[in-house]
Amino acid sequence: MKKQLLATFIGLNISAAAQAATPSMEEMWQLIQQQQSEIAELKQQLSDNDARIKETEIVSEATISAVEKMVTAPVANSKTTFGGYGEMHYNSLDRDDSLASKDEIDFHRFVMFTGHQFSENVRFFSELEVEHSIAGEGQAGEVELEQAYIEWDFASHQRAKAGLFLLPIGIINETHEPETFYGTERNNVEKNIIPATWWEGGAAIGGEISEGLSYDIALHSGLYLGAGKYKPRDGRQKVGEAKADDMAFTGRLKYTAIPGLEIAASVQVQSDVHQGEGEEIGATLFETHIAWKRDAFQLRALYARWDFDNAINSIVAGADEQTGFYIEPSYRFNDKVGLFARYSEYDNLAGSSTDTAVEQFDIGLNYWLHPNVVFKMDYQNQDAPGEAGYDGLNLGVGYSF
Amino acid sequence: MALISVHRQLYRAAAVYSLAAFLTLTSLVAAAAATGVFQSGPDFIAEVFSITTSDPINQQSTAPPVQQKTLWLTEDIRSHAARILGHPLAGLRVRYSQRGDKTAWILEEIGKEMPITIGVVVTDNRIQQVKILAYRESRGGEVRYPAYTQQYRGATLTEELGLSQNIDGITGATLSVWAVNKVAALALYFHSLAIQQSDTNLP
Repeated sequence: MKKQLLATFIGLNISAAAQAATPSMEEMWQLIQQQQSEIAELKQQLSDNDARIKETEIVSEATISAVEKMVTAPVANSKTTFGGYGEMHYNSLDRDDSLASKDEIDFHRFVMFTGHQFSENVRFFSELEVEHSIAGEGQAGEVELEQAYIEWDFASHQRAKAGLFLLPIGIINETHEPETFYGTERNNVEKNIIPATWWEGGAAIGGEISEGLSYDIALHSGLYLGAGKYKPRDGRQKVGEAKADDMAFTGRLKYTAIPGLEIAASVQVQSDVHQGEGEEIGATLFETHIAWKRDAFQLRALYARWDFDNAINSIVAGADEQTGFYIEPSYRFNDKVGLFARYSEYDNLAGSSTDTAVEQFDIGLNYWLHPNVVFKMDYQNQDAPGEAGYDGLNLGVGYSF
Repeated sequence: MALISVHRQLYRAAAVYSLAAFLTLTSLVAAAAATGVFQSGPDFIAEVFSITTSDPINQQSTAPPVQQKTLWLTEDIRSHAARILGHPLAGLRVRYSQRGDKTAWILEEIGKEMPITIGVVVTDNRIQQVKILAYRESRGGEVRYPAYTQQYRGATLTEELGLSQNIDGITGATLSVWAVNKVAALALYFHSLAIQQSDTNLP
């Protein structure tokens, strides 16, 4: 019964459909052709759109990269660089025997860096300094060229340079931007024994021997001690029409494989600090230091020693040996504040039997307003032969960029 | 008199040896390029994402593909990035690679004068790896040593947009150290944005 009903229903439906639309074969063909052309048109549109989208992608990519290049160009492709540092000091010191005092404000150093990258492996670097703010006849300061050299990376991690450069000795001779060290004034040992800041004219090579071990070798102009002079600091000719009869050699080995640690040793040989005038006096400098930073704690320690030929004793007895050392622990509380203490001792007449050493104890703090801007305050207690040491307060402000 | 000749001899020997050392070095390595590029960006990305866990064979078939994505630098992102870097961020976008919650970034920052190219891998908001891909300055190259870069492992971003752990620096290379610190923090910040972005894109 059910089957019968279903068959009737299907039959009715078929006949109904057949009656509603019965296009002829011709009509069917036209319909198909019409649809076909519409499909072709749509396909064309789609491929046009695809091409346009692709073109838009290319255009936007090109635009974005061009804009990016314009935006980043001044930073990444700049070939000539400019920078500088400076520091102003205030000293309020009294001599131990109360016969003298030093109350002074001094824009100690104003330095401008200029560099130029000629190619990926050839560059120029220079440092021009105005010391003590004003230079000229009878004035307190000087205008000095402290660095000006061409450097060439002649191989991977190997470089050579020629010109006027800082000697690879000690901690602060090469890196002395104010925010990188504690104490308003630079330490006395590196100043009076090494003597920092020390530059000479010549040629040098340097590079890595293995991971964390590097070397520097330099052949350069030597010291010249004029009549009556015996301190290395007085022998710096500063590469101004410097006597170059007798050159000098400096070599350094530096170990920096462990983060936060630097251990280095330098040797310098001067063939004649009289530069061929009068009696020949050769000299050798040995310097070694450690700079160790672990979390907030830092320790710097340095030892330096000059050995001059005995002939120098005819100028001043005891000048054949000149030595100094310092030890400086510090603690950095946070990004802003660090506290330090330093004990130092130096002696430009260490070869004599009398006590000629200058001892100094410093304690103070650095306040970094910005990583590159520092305010400094410290107290110094100096003991020198004949009650000639100065005690008192030093204040400073420094920056670099 | 004996001392005089000692210094002269020392000086002469030093002069001769250093000249010889220089000539030998230059002739030995004259052909070697001094580009300072240690690894290319694509090589770094390939290396980073081929690191598999325990089952390298299955990993290949089951691991989702590495996606190359773009982070567009909106005004808000720029202002945060400028706080991290201490200077405005250049460019309009940053490209990065991502698989799951792991992202890899190749960023550049000037050390003293030249840009340092740094690869940073971040997983689950922690630094997994920092690698110096190119170093072009003549000093401070110690930042590229694994002994230095492994200090960043595990570092997260603090609320002040700094690194959560102390990094022991390199004497005389403060600017290079700062540059790597900034880029590490920036990558952590970008990572958090990338993860947010992929979370919101989920169906």
